[in-house]
Amino acid sequence: MSVKDRVIAIIAEQAVLEPSDVTMDSTLEDLGIDSLGLVESIFAIEEEFDIAVPFNANEPTESDFDISNVAAIVAGIEKLVAEQA
Amino acid sequence: MKRVVITGAGTINALGHSVPATLEAMREGRCGIGELEFRDVDRLAIRIGAQVRNFDPETVFNRQQMALYDRFTQFTLIAAREAIAQSGLVFEGELAARSGVVLGTAGGGVSTWDDNYRSVYEDGKNRVHPFVVPKLMNNAAASHLSMEFNLKGPTFTVSTACASSNHAMSQAFAMVRSGMAPAMVTGGSESMLCFGGVKAWEGLRVMSKDACRPFSLGRNGMVQGEGAGVFVFEEYERATARGAEILCEVIGFAMSSDASDIVMPSKQGASRAIAGALADAQINRDEVGYINAHGTGTAANDKTECAAVADVFGHHADRLMISSTKSMHAHLIGGTGAVELLACIMAVRDGVIAPTIGYEEPDPECALDVVPNEARDADVSVALSNAFAFGGLNAVLAVRRV
Repeated sequence: MSVKDRVIAIIAEQAVLEPSDVTMDSTLEDLGIDSLGLVESIFAIEEEFDIAVPFNANEPTESDFDISNVAAIVAGIEKLVAEQA
Repeated sequence: MKRVVITGAGTINALGHSVPATLEAMREGRCGIGELEFRDVDRLAIRIGAQVRNFDPETVFNRQQMALYDRFTQFTLIAAREAIAQSGLVFEGELAARSGVVLGTAGGGVSTWDDNYRSVYEDGKNRVHPFVVPKLMNNAAASHLSMEFNLKGPTFTVSTACASSNHAMSQAFAMVRSGMAPAMVTGGSESMLCFGGVKAWEGLRVMSKDACRPFSLGRNGMVQGEGAGVFVFEEYERATARGAEILCEVIGFAMSSDASDIVMPSKQGASRAIAGALADAQINRDEVGYINAHGTGTAANDKTECAAVADVFGHHADRLMISSTKSMHAHLIGGTGAVELLACIMAVRDGVIAPTIGYEEPDPECALDVVPNEARDADVSVALSNAFAFGGLNAVLAVRRV
């Protein structure tokens, strides 16, 4: 599975949706993921890829990590995974 | 209904090992936050906190006591000794039989859990010390306090996360006010600054890596502290009859539940607690000169708290002062309201308002007088202490100069 598919699988599980229902332009709000759900998703992603995501729940928009939609999250994770390799 | 006054106060926290030392640090705007020092700290992403320094419990407690006293119990007893000594009370006979202890703690013996889990999981040991359970239980501090001072009345511990101390002191106040108890020893204690304790908080991603800057634009989260605050609440006639020194009067309290979210604060829940405390104290809102804020330094708490204060106080919100002393002693979680009540006592008794230090830039969403960076002299007769906990549980106390 690609990084993209693995990230989408985690987000879909959090949103209680099928991965096919999670599109790249979906926002977390569209998917019904709230602030707690987001923190859980980030945790699951960190565990999945063994990476540290620079995300601060205190002020999500000020983090160095873009969560504006699924595409941004996937791109961010791909970058972190590539940096780690 | 009886009047209730505070006749003794004690504390140990990162700012000082006594009330005078702590108040001096608050007046000077000193910061107790620094690099954490304990085992495995290098495996933490969050490495700052307000630890109690230069504290060697083995010089205070004997070997048998050390086997039974978790750090949160040690803090409680040190604070209680100071408070009860100041009050001058000796608990004997009828007074002892009817006076008790209500304390707050969120985690109880966290480092005892941590040490012993490490021992059985990481070190593979199959045996733990026989006193692990009596050492870690949340009521251990209340029980040891009751034993040391012969307090035989209603004694228990309440646990409402960051509002534990305010809930505890509210209960003690209600008991003395109703005539159920002539005096109560109350406050709270917390000691979570160990690897497991900080690791758990780290997971929530609301902790700052550099500083606690309540109400300041660009604040980036809370910082954890440790310590205890303990007070003697006593019935007014009794205290005056014996010529006790009165630190202030406790005049009202209120509690509320947001009933909405397990971590996000609610303006309505906070407003109801603040307004409820004013109503319980039977005071007008313009009598309040100072509020010791919950002021955690998270984006969500500080703007919600300011909105609640603006809501309740209307135009008077622009005239009162509100500061967060967590900028100095950090967030003592279940013990925080007790240490913060000291700032309220300093406001009404000494006319000194503790500052919000680390303040850099105004946040339009926190547009109140937060007493930035420097303490201020002011004539304040009534002060409030806010506590708004995870779980949406709120408790606000009101005190007045006597």
